[in-house]
Amino acid sequence: MVEMETTDLVGPNGTVKVQRRRGPPTKQVNEEDVAAKKRQLEASRQYGRGKGIVTKSIKDKKLRGNLRALEERYQDASLKAKDAEILLENQSGFLEPEGELEKTYKVRQDEIRGDVAVETAKKGFELQLEGLGPYTCDYTRNGKDLLLAGRKGHVATMDWRSGKLGCELQLGETVRDAKWLHNNQYFAVAQKRNVYIYDHRGVEIHNLDAHVEVTHMEFLPYHYLLATIGNAGWLKWQDTSTGKLVMQMGTKQGTPTAFGQNPYNGVLHVGHQNGTVSLWSPNSTTPLVKMLCHRGPVRSLAMDREGRYMVSTGQDMKMSVWDVRNFKPVHEYFLRQPGSSVAISDRNLTAVGWGTQTTIWKDLFSKHRSDIEQVKVQSPYMAWGGEGQHVERVKWCPYEDILGISHDKGISSIIVPGAGEPNFDALEQNPYENAKQRQEAEVKSLLNKLQPEMISLNPDFVGTLDTTSNQERQQEKDLDRKTGAEAERERVETLKNRGRGKNSSLRKFLRKKGNQNVVDEHKMRVLEMREEQRKRAKEAKEGRKEELGPALARFAGRGGG
Amino acid sequence: MKIKALTRSASSQQAPGSDVARQPRNLDPALHPFERAREYTRALNATKLERMFAAPFVAQLGRGHVDGVYTIAKDPNALDRFASGSGDGMLKVWDLPSQAEVWQTQAHENLVKGMCWTQDQKLLSCGSDKTVKLYDPYNTTPNSAPTATWLGPNAFTAITRHRTAPAFAVASSVISLYDLTRPSAAPTQTLAWPTSIDTITALALNQTETSILASTATDRSLVLYDLRTATPLHRSVLTLASNALAWNPMEAFNLALANEDHNIYLFDMRNLSRALNILKDHVSAVMDVDFSPTGEELVSASYDRSIRLWKRHEGHSRDIYHTKRMQRVFACRWTPDNAYVLSGSDDGNIRVWRANASARSGVKSAAQRQRLEYDEALRSRYKHMPEIKRIARHRHVPKQVKKAGEIKGEELKGLKRREENERKHSVKGGVKRRSEREKMVLATEK
Repeated sequence: MVEMETTDLVGPNGTVKVQRRRGPPTKQVNEEDVAAKKRQLEASRQYGRGKGIVTKSIKDKKLRGNLRALEERYQDASLKAKDAEILLENQSGFLEPEGELEKTYKVRQDEIRGDVAVETAKKGFELQLEGLGPYTCDYTRNGKDLLLAGRKGHVATMDWRSGKLGCELQLGETVRDAKWLHNNQYFAVAQKRNVYIYDHRGVEIHNLDAHVEVTHMEFLPYHYLLATIGNAGWLKWQDTSTGKLVMQMGTKQGTPTAFGQNPYNGVLHVGHQNGTVSLWSPNSTTPLVKMLCHRGPVRSLAMDREGRYMVSTGQDMKMSVWDVRNFKPVHEYFLRQPGSSVAISDRNLTAVGWGTQTTIWKDLFSKHRSDIEQVKVQSPYMAWGGEGQHVERVKWCPYEDILGISHDKGISSIIVPGAGEPNFDALEQNPYENAKQRQEAEVKSLLNKLQPEMISLNPDFVGTLDTTSNQERQQEKDLDRKTGAEAERERVETLKNRGRGKNSSLRKFLRKKGNQNVVDEHKMRVLEMREEQRKRAKEAKEGRKEELGPALARFAGRGGG
Repeated sequence: MKIKALTRSASSQQAPGSDVARQPRNLDPALHPFERAREYTRALNATKLERMFAAPFVAQLGRGHVDGVYTIAKDPNALDRFASGSGDGMLKVWDLPSQAEVWQTQAHENLVKGMCWTQDQKLLSCGSDKTVKLYDPYNTTPNSAPTATWLGPNAFTAITRHRTAPAFAVASSVISLYDLTRPSAAPTQTLAWPTSIDTITALALNQTETSILASTATDRSLVLYDLRTATPLHRSVLTLASNALAWNPMEAFNLALANEDHNIYLFDMRNLSRALNILKDHVSAVMDVDFSPTGEELVSASYDRSIRLWKRHEGHSRDIYHTKRMQRVFACRWTPDNAYVLSGSDDGNIRVWRANASARSGVKSAAQRQRLEYDEALRSRYKHMPEIKRIARHRHVPKQVKKAGEIKGEELKGLKRREENERKHSVKGGVKRRSEREKMVLATEK
């Protein structure tokens, strides 16, 4: 009998096994289906809320059904949002070279003004305000009004599109910063000693005397919080709707050099003298994150509107782009002078003012590329200046192709095609709102005011499942619990301080895989203790050596003795 | 060089001379930061507003009765007519829109025990003076004589009518069926469980499966009968007697029992060994129960001076209604338009409550309606959040009820502990665990 060789493919009786695919035979791929799938993918990418839930592996029938229905609703919603794009009426601007020899950064403002519509051309203007010091500027959230503040105390508001002056104040003392509050009715000015709030007519309505010598201000519009930081490095959040000082804390890093808010999550970024940037929320007295961004003081920083990237400039004449989701550098650019101010527009154009010049960069980062795929841009998108005006602050006008550059000789409003968000959402911000709409929006936004407790690195944590265990929650409630250094000490003390043998708990801990590269306080302590033990052992050995004399000293290390 | 900059004209946003401003939308998530947190805040506000607008009490009907109100009957063919019967034998018919009394008569010598409307809008009532009387409140003047009277051997305790046939059933210690067309005749049929002799407390004919009759008695039993075979079908004995029963109008095989042990039991008539659901919240005997016309919700009246509203599939009440002057509540009905609830109490008043405490009945604009729907969706989406849950559940409860609830909780805990101790100290598996929904069924017989 001939023995048959059996393998995976041949059975013992010589039959050839045919591997069958489970499930139905391959379907004819329908072109329509492919197109629909592609469209769904595109829509979820743009309008979806993160990854969907994989429902296939869920065993509970009811849960699976519910989640599947929910997923379907989400997909349908994103598809409908995509379909609604047809209703968007404006296209963004652009500046495109027609040949290889043309460079966009060589285009001058008068050329642009000649090429765009008359009404748009009028938006590029210059205000000569000499002698009242370097100016800072701020646009309202809908971009309708402009606030100017000169270092020597000249403050003015204007409807810049029509050129109508709102109010003009000569405060007669140093003004370090000025900010619009939630709409064009109120603005805050950081003066010599305190912060003052004025209304649209220029009447002083509040003196915030808790804020001393403030250098930088930010307003968190959804939380109604005015955040300030001054020479002493104290960070303060003041609720402008109730007037309460929500939180104050010292940064303990000296006078801050840069200040900015992440519009995505309301976290404040503070740049320090030593080149670090620390992230703060009113819910923690220590910074959420500290990152070393520059060698030398950080001069300015800005975050993009989706909270993904940060651009910072430092005294080391660098401009660096950071991914603030994982706090990793993307690219670094060299400036000829330290960048004094940086701003990121709605469509992610980055303007940086350095010395007397302003450069505008395009595509420094893109949300559709991963960090390793981000390209280093070779040449800027546009350039402006070099005429002896030292740039104090650059600020993009929301929903417009306009960049406001305030300098020591006034303010220049320049046209940057492709900077602004072309389609605004009138229920969110309306650049063309009338008084009635403004009032209604104010009431609605006050009703929806977010609590300061909701500020965190991930703003979507609200409404998610609290996965902390009951035990942890109970512990948190316990007022006598040990925290910080005390808890740490207790943790280390549990590791027995016994030096003998290969498997002492300290050595075991140090050998442990997975935390080789982790250097935290705990590890440092353990290392210290280990070092102490070693020293003690060494001393003991030396002592014994002396005791034994020169001939027998070599046996000192052995045990027993 | 190709150059294009953004251009929007102000006149495109609002036509000159018009006061209608355009409101373009852009759904890009980048333009809507903090969407989760803002939605949560809106949900919180919606919940607070709902509680702020909660005003359940509407009015009381007329000047009520002189004695306590023990029964209420709703006319199945009208949205606005209700009859109430009191302890002194008075029957009154009420018009809900005007909240006024339209008809009244002295029907019985003492307690009116049961009432129901017939298909041709006549009113049947039975009392403890051994009579059943038929009145015609729509066509006769107040205080007119009954159009028909039936005399029985014993005091009657409950009455119900057949959906289609001209017949009604009354209960004493047995159930007797009478023919409506033959006044003062003897009963056409008599039904009783062979071994039971106790007084029947409630009975109800199913209005969909029209020949099924259910009754509860003081011997703690729930009995089902079939009129076609004139036999009892099924009997199950609970731990305590039930005071009232109601058939679900939408799922005709389900019924609710208002029990003496403070609970309401929902049963499927095909399986009486196990409750579908137990509604627990009352701190005293439940005296009456009624389904909403959708069959999704229930209202119950209790001896603890409160009425509670329930969802069919939830174990605890969604709302509690009470006032300072409302005494023991003996009757409650959900109005056929699903908007109101009626309660009749020992103090002689018939009160009208909103079925949804924060709802208002006025005509609403489309925007208002949309807003309400949106708020409702928000509330249900974030209902599990601790703060929202706390606000939505918070009710002011009378001190006695709260105290009684606390004591009851302690007692139940004690019982449970005792049972666990027993289990702990006996042979493993000796004391079997019984499902909470089966516990109260002591026996079932066929």
